[in-house]
Amino acid sequence: MMAQATKEKSSYRAAFDAMQAEDARCLPAWLLRLRETAMERFEQVGFPTTDVEDWKYTNTGAITKGAFAPVEAGARVELGAADVAAFLAPEASSRLVFVNGVYRAELSATENLPEGVVVADFATAFAGEHESILRAYLARPSDPEVDGFNALNAAFLREGALVYLPRGAQVSAPIQLLFLSAPATQTAAVFPRVLVVAERESAATIIESYASTDESRSFTNAVVEVFVGENARVTHYKVQRESEAAFHIAKTNAELERSGVYDLTTITLGAQLSRHGIGVKLAHEGAECWVDGLYLVGTGQHADTHSLIDHSSPHCTSHQLYKGILDGKSRAVFNGKVFVHKDAQKTDAQQSNKNLLLSNEARIDTKPQLEIYADDVKCAHGATVGQLEEEELFYLVSRGLHTDLARNLLTYGFAEELVEKIKIESIKRQLDEAILNRLHARLEV
Amino acid sequence: MSSIELLTNKEYKYGFVTDIESDMIPRGLSEETIRLISEKKNEPEFMLDFRLKAYRNWLKMEEPQRWPNITYPKVDYQDIIYYSAPKQKPTLASMDEVDPELIKTFEKLGIPLTEQKQLANVAVDAVFDSVSVATTYKEKLKKHGVIFCSFSEAVHEYPELIKKYLGTVVPTNDNYFAALNSAVFTDGSFVFIPKGVRCPMELSTYFRINNSESGQFERTLIIAEENSHVSYLEGCTAPKFDKNQLHAAVVELVALDDAEIKYSTVQNWYAGDEEGKGGIYNFVTKRGACRGRNSKISWTQVETGSAITWKYPSCILQGDNSIGEFYSVALTNHAQQADTGTKMIHIGKNTRSNIVSKGISAGKSNNSYRGLVKVLAGAEGARNYTQCDSLLIGDKCGANTFPYIEVSNNTAKVEHEATTSRISEEQLFYLRQRGISQEDAVSLIINGFCKDVFRELPMEFAVEAQRLLGMKLEGSVG
Repeated sequence: MMAQATKEKSSYRAAFDAMQAEDARCLPAWLLRLRETAMERFEQVGFPTTDVEDWKYTNTGAITKGAFAPVEAGARVELGAADVAAFLAPEASSRLVFVNGVYRAELSATENLPEGVVVADFATAFAGEHESILRAYLARPSDPEVDGFNALNAAFLREGALVYLPRGAQVSAPIQLLFLSAPATQTAAVFPRVLVVAERESAATIIESYASTDESRSFTNAVVEVFVGENARVTHYKVQRESEAAFHIAKTNAELERSGVYDLTTITLGAQLSRHGIGVKLAHEGAECWVDGLYLVGTGQHADTHSLIDHSSPHCTSHQLYKGILDGKSRAVFNGKVFVHKDAQKTDAQQSNKNLLLSNEARIDTKPQLEIYADDVKCAHGATVGQLEEEELFYLVSRGLHTDLARNLLTYGFAEELVEKIKIESIKRQLDEAILNRLHARLEV
Repeated sequence: MSSIELLTNKEYKYGFVTDIESDMIPRGLSEETIRLISEKKNEPEFMLDFRLKAYRNWLKMEEPQRWPNITYPKVDYQDIIYYSAPKQKPTLASMDEVDPELIKTFEKLGIPLTEQKQLANVAVDAVFDSVSVATTYKEKLKKHGVIFCSFSEAVHEYPELIKKYLGTVVPTNDNYFAALNSAVFTDGSFVFIPKGVRCPMELSTYFRINNSESGQFERTLIIAEENSHVSYLEGCTAPKFDKNQLHAAVVELVALDDAEIKYSTVQNWYAGDEEGKGGIYNFVTKRGACRGRNSKISWTQVETGSAITWKYPSCILQGDNSIGEFYSVALTNHAQQADTGTKMIHIGKNTRSNIVSKGISAGKSNNSYRGLVKVLAGAEGARNYTQCDSLLIGDKCGANTFPYIEVSNNTAKVEHEATTSRISEEQLFYLRQRGISQEDAVSLIINGFCKDVFRELPMEFAVEAQRLLGMKLEGSVG
């Protein structure tokens, strides 16, 4: 096992060295240095194991041993506009499409944007006038405690999406960032990176979607960073519906300036093993965030959500609602921490995690945590694990509904609170379908 | 602020030292020490084997310093005296033979041991440093078939029971401090309630540390046979010393079919001074096994003392329909640290557990609730309800909640709720405008906050606990 892990690490090293050599001329030196540091960090810590408290319930052995290889530059998958259409959100007027981590200009659309707003892939941005923005945000000193996955993402930082909103820019139509996994010659490891910078008083909606074109295996290791300026507002949807053979590791970090608003909704439907880490920093007065999500998993799936909402300034508000529906032999993990620092008086933090177990083989491990060092605060969290209410079922059945249909209806009702929150019709519809499809499948059995 | 501060800084009134001649062994820990303790207590072979096995396990284990939310300098286990007993005759025929100095000490602590003054309806086992000095109402209890005696006595009188149950709930290799305790424990209480007996009075143990160099390692074993019932209370105090002292106890409860054990603790070890100098490290393993059908174990704790508290009274709900309960008030002030909570392991069908935890942090203390609710695949219809509330007084303290919920059965229902806030301005204002003084108002609100736990305590204890809470907080509210 140990030998296996070492071999895996060195295969990443080989790919890394090849990439560094290849990019030596075309990419800025600071980026090459940053990648080298990250690679060293990765080699030092490796992939996290279940001995680490944060990874106690999620075994990443399958990724460590998975023989995934970083995609080589120029590796191209034949995919046309028609193949991608099904994954596009029609509401979005601008989009960036990546296939196996490689940017596809011909499938993307970056017109229709207000003056000064940038939606560009990293290669374009590095070459153009926006290099300074990338440099300012990407080259910031990184967290020394960063885990192996995040370090590996930084080591392979090459392709990615930049969304830049200048002061006061209002983008009314959503911006979609689509990351597609398609079958390739090798089982690909993909390292998407997204950087969203919203300057003061700007506003936009971002849809970050992950999907697979078929049922093949893949490994996605994404890092998304969102900077919300003073009085700016970023609405962020993350929809993950990769194939049920896929591995999906993602980290979303957000930092909010004074009175900034960040509204994140995550939908987790796919992947055999998914892990979403969320870190929101409320470091300036009056900032407010929503961190909501729904995970819906069936047999063979494992979905893990780890969030940290960090209140370090007074008068900030955070809301968190996560709901889980677990069917078949599935497993889910929720770990949500709200940390209130000493000076963060008048903090209002609410957190709730509710889980519905539909099968007797499903397993949930939930751990909502509060760490509070300020006294004038209002903090509450709750967690529940349960099944459908017998009384409610009985009521519906007594009205003549078939038991299975009644169950479906109630399950749908459980999720509705979150579905209703979604303002984008196509995501809502997808979610409706995902819930109902799963339920139909149950019905037919 | 000022008037309240004056109030809080009341002295710890149990901080006196009894001047008594003690029989001590040299400090340090080795197999020799363990053999010496065993020899001093004239123990049968099986006890020595038990101790040595535990000691060998302990040597291989690591002190849990990483995961709990507490910090303290490493304990030097070679600098502790593992056996210290007041010098006296080996066997006591009656209470009259107990050293009057000891009787006086306990009287001062509010635990009269002499016949005339004994507390009505509470039998007390008094433990002084390493040994039990007296047990009251023994004869009366014997008539009902109830065994209540010191652990050392039980080892000699009822070796079969000890052999059968000791270490079955908390094995010698359970954790670092439990292993240490199993190796060196010196005394404690033993309770056996036979089939069908409802214990006629409350049983109680009072622990007192007197020697500044010794640690206290006591062991309590309570067995409730089929259809029996017992309520057990535990209290503790220690003198004020500048040095930290280690208290590593193990409590094991066994409840068979339809039996019920109610275990209440009011913990008031010396907490150290305002700067956190001195005080007791309270590293305790308490666990109850609901082995039988319909059995019930209920833990109630009021934790106000100790420099550091590390304890998780737990229930293993093995029998079908068994019930586990945990009611806790943990108060930390000044530099105290507490990482406490419970574990409810649901194994049997239709098992139920209820957790109510109230944490109050003041001064620059740190108070954490850490709890585990685990529902195994076979625990059909398991049910848990958890409520953890924290109250913060002042802006230099911390309140944390770390609940672990692991569910592998879809018929289980688990609910967890937690809130953190400070004393509500509105409530305070309401009471103040009715002419109630600031301190009384705060005390009223805090007692209300803890009501759900206090009402689980036996009468005398509830009054004591309320008073204690008021006293501990005096001066910290402004």
